[in-house]
Amino acid sequence: MPEAQGALTEAVFYILLSLTQPMHGYGIMQNVSELSRGRVVLGAGTLYGAINTLLEKGWITPCEGSPGERKKEYTITPAGRRAAEAEIARLSELLENGRRILGGEEQ
Amino acid sequence: MKHIVYKAYWNYEKEEEWLNSMSAQGLALTDYCWVRYVFENSEPGEYIYRIQFLEQRAKHPQSRKYIDFVESTGAECVATYLHWAYFRKKAADGPFELYTDIPSMMRHYRMIRAFWIPLAVVEYAAGIINIAVGTMPPFSLVNIVLGALVTLLGVGFTLMIANLTKKIRALKKRQLIVEA
Repeated sequence: MPEAQGALTEAVFYILLSLTQPMHGYGIMQNVSELSRGRVVLGAGTLYGAINTLLEKGWITPCEGSPGERKKEYTITPAGRRAAEAEIARLSELLENGRRILGGEEQ
Repeated sequence: MKHIVYKAYWNYEKEEEWLNSMSAQGLALTDYCWVRYVFENSEPGEYIYRIQFLEQRAKHPQSRKYIDFVESTGAECVATYLHWAYFRKKAADGPFELYTDIPSMMRHYRMIRAFWIPLAVVEYAAGIINIAVGTMPPFSLVNIVLGALVTLLGVGFTLMIANLTKKIRALKKRQLIVEA
């Protein structure tokens, strides 16, 4: 396992989930909005910055033979998948504790 | 029909508000250069406008790449001027924001501030030199007036920098609790 990572931002986590299938920028925006039922709407500026950071980190990679710069597609790498899995483990802990402590009071 | 309006803004967020209020009245920005705004008739409220500061000048390949990316998400870049880009998107396509989380908003404000700081310093330096030269014999009223004007410009820039700093601080505080 890689060293413990900090909490991912919502944007990064949803981008990683989206890229389990190859997608271009606008596709990611639509997919994230759909996944979160319209709650998370990524701005183009925020998304662009996140994509570049994730590329630098090697968590996502451009797809071979993307049709031009404009419709450039990206996909998750094994490192990106590990990061998303670590985040799921972190979120599960939050959820479990939250449910146990707050949820338990109601019962 | 084209409508041309001459107007100057210090604060790009106020400028953005104004463009959106014009759009609400059915006047959609189609071009901009320095203080000259060109509007064309549209349906009232047809477009939402967003102004953005680019890290590099608008003509720089890095900026072109970014503008292209924003356009691929359904927005349109109607004008660029130096480091600024003017985007619009049809209101019918849903909300239009370029930055939707605190880190990216802070980064945007910081870039703008970093751009203004050296300009403010240059204005103050030019102002002080002119006033110093003007008040030394032989006295020169031209230098004094010029120096005062330039210093005033420096004060204007400083107010803008202070305003941005205030916004960055508020975001920092918010970031302690939430991320967006």
